[in-house]
Amino acid sequence: MNNSLDPRVNRLRLDHTDGPVTIEEGENWNVYEVFHQEKRGAHHEHVGCVHAPDAGMALIFAKEQFGRRKKCVNIWVVRSADILAFDAEDEDMFANNLEKTYRDASGFRVMEKINKFKSQAK
Amino acid sequence: MNINQALVALITQMADDELIIGHRNSEWTGLGPIMEEDIAFSSMAQDKIGHAWALYRILQEHLEGDDPDRIAFLRPAAAFRCCHLVELPIGSYEFSLMRHFLFDHAETIRYNSLYQSSFMPLQQLARKVKGELKYHTLHADAWILQLCKAGEEGHSRMQAALNDCFPLACGIFEPGQADALLAEENIYPGEAALYEQWIENINRVLRKAELTLPEKITPVYGGRKGQHTPHLEALLEEMGEVFRQDPAATW
Repeated sequence: MNNSLDPRVNRLRLDHTDGPVTIEEGENWNVYEVFHQEKRGAHHEHVGCVHAPDAGMALIFAKEQFGRRKKCVNIWVVRSADILAFDAEDEDMFANNLEKTYRDASGFRVMEKINKFKSQAK
Repeated sequence: MNINQALVALITQMADDELIIGHRNSEWTGLGPIMEEDIAFSSMAQDKIGHAWALYRILQEHLEGDDPDRIAFLRPAAAFRCCHLVELPIGSYEFSLMRHFLFDHAETIRYNSLYQSSFMPLQQLARKVKGELKYHTLHADAWILQLCKAGEEGHSRMQAALNDCFPLACGIFEPGQADALLAEENIYPGEAALYEQWIENINRVLRKAELTLPEKITPVYGGRKGQHTPHLEALLEEMGEVFRQDPAATW
């Protein structure tokens, strides 16, 4: 028995099918990941997700869901299914990162030079 | 009627429309069809109450009006100048969405016309709410198209909602006594001009949604004269219940 209160689940009529459930285009909603931009030129940062029937509605929902408080100048949405990611078991590819300190950019001393250049430029 | 009285009448009816539809739409909070829409619709309802507050503040600061809270919560129904469209209960979601669509397009045209208003406080407010209204109509248009494209049931329910809402929405543009005076003073162009523009704008969306405006309707007037449906009194009763327990309390 399907007792869900969620209209997206009820629409599927899971009780009334003999064969496999086919989902028509637009019948079930997608999940969209939301990225918000705090100021022009800044990176878009991932802030969460919304359910929506298409990208246009996702953007409309995301605007109020994630852009109604604090500063925001733009929002991106992208279908979660379109994002390619590694499997959790592939995490070992990153395991030795912490040992490879020679790849850190922290060893360079440049601030002195920058400050010197700035004072000359004045 | 002098120019200040005409301004008070215009701003009061605008503010009352905003307050009452804002309160009505907020009744969907927690009951929206899905969480995302619940948040969006509630947030826009708050915007509307914000617009009402800003308009009551203009009355207070420039036209010797009372405190906004007192105007909102202490007046009897007969003193309100809102149209009947905004008073009706939320009904089904398609009714509330269609009301939101028709009302927000009307609001957008009204505020757009105020960009050139000779009354500066209205001109400034119009510029301030521009972005909010852009979102409100974007949201409304998207839903109308979405539901009308969703199949026979969606389309026929939206057409029925339009048939119900349209004569009521025409009441937004009930001609006022001082329309000519306000137009003469370049405050705003008057209801008839706004109505023409509104029909053009909503038709642009309705055509895409394959909806048609009902013909031979009688506009529902009376709200601007203080004649209301019984729904308004019940709404005011509930909305002001807490405030009236101690109108002098500070919050």
